[in-house]
Amino acid sequence: MDNINITSAQYVVDLISGGNSMVKATIDGTEMFVPLDPANRHYAEIMRQVEAGELVIAEAE
Amino acid sequence: MSKARELANLGNAYSDGALSNRNLIINGAMQVAQRGAGPFTNASGGYQTVDRFQLSGTMGGSFTLEQASDAPSGSGFSKSFKALAPTGFSSPTSSASAKIITSLEGQNLQQLLKGTADAVSVTFSFWVKAVVTGTYIFEVYDDDNNRTISTAYSISASNTWEKKIITISGDTSGVLDNTNGSSLSIVWWIGAGSNFTSGTLNTSWNATVTANRAAGQVNGVASNNDAFYLTGVQLEVGDTATPFEHRSYGQELARCQRYYQVQRYSDYDDNEIVATGVGWSSGLVFCHFKYPAGATMRARPTCTLSGDFLVLEGGTSSDSTENTVQGVSYSSAEIRFKNSIVALNSACWVRYKSGSSITLDAEL
Repeated sequence: MDNINITSAQYVVDLISGGNSMVKATIDGTEMFVPLDPANRHYAEIMRQVEAGELVIAEAE
Repeated sequence: MSKARELANLGNAYSDGALSNRNLIINGAMQVAQRGAGPFTNASGGYQTVDRFQLSGTMGGSFTLEQASDAPSGSGFSKSFKALAPTGFSSPTSSASAKIITSLEGQNLQQLLKGTADAVSVTFSFWVKAVVTGTYIFEVYDDDNNRTISTAYSISASNTWEKKIITISGDTSGVLDNTNGSSLSIVWWIGAGSNFTSGTLNTSWNATVTANRAAGQVNGVASNNDAFYLTGVQLEVGDTATPFEHRSYGQELARCQRYYQVQRYSDYDDNEIVATGVGWSSGLVFCHFKYPAGATMRARPTCTLSGDFLVLEGGTSSDSTENTVQGVSYSSAEIRFKNSIVALNSACWVRYKSGSSITLDAEL
């Protein structure tokens, strides 16, 4: 996965459950909403970078 | 090819298990480009134009990617994937690489019996054209087990379409996951630094050794405006290449939409009067909409909202100012549009404005 540049990430909270439902991330310069699904390539890369200490997902506002 | 030879090949294809749906590659004729035909120039590669095919690695600079209206004459193809280096990379770094890749789900490859004693051979056929002649490397990469096999082929004439046929043996090691994840990646190398070329080309299935992956690869993008074209990609079970299995645009689009889909303002003749969706306000200024996907997707998709949308309630309207995706499933997204007009518990709807789009991305 050598083509995905992630510069920011923040959780989105589900209004009903109150739990995190998505990650709002800036990927290759574009704001995207990424589901918490390991089969999603963007989420997989976000978590790889988090585990490598290269990225922090901010809590929802 | 004689009729007798064609019949014999069809007989072999039947013996290998298929006369229809032989081609395991999606969009092999490069017909579908939902992101646009381009040309798109950027330094990050990835999926930019033709569906299901991406440029991985960029040699450290920018490529221009395009769905080109350039295809081998008399072949029945009309489009190709074009990767052009506006500025040549005459001295790539050791870690540089550029390669076109398409990836396949493991659950669609179980008939290869990979990782078993009965593993079967597969045959690839494709058309290529390049400015730079010489040896190029074609690689099949097992994403599940980090195994690979490479084949060298020659492009003998500059700027001339050539058809290549490559058969690779079955791999008795490394079972492919029976899931929706990427299990095999098909790789056309265009250029590679010494990290990938300093070893000996790996011509049988083995655990991946980086230095052996592209040994012998010519630098196909050494000079300004060097370009590489690809089309007519077919992967079929067995050791026989049959004629390309042409599919209709609609069939190919539907297959591609499992991985990516987009709706945009310019898709509609009447533009603004097409509603994105109908929703309900959950509170002052917030409208929630279910956005249906055009096809069930491979995984829960990444959703991107671009441009401005118009929220309407009764006879009034307001530009949305802050849009959020609350959640996604394999077949829909819940989008919240912030606006200045809707009252609590009101029905409302949303229209595209000029330049706006909604994309769902579940690519491998």
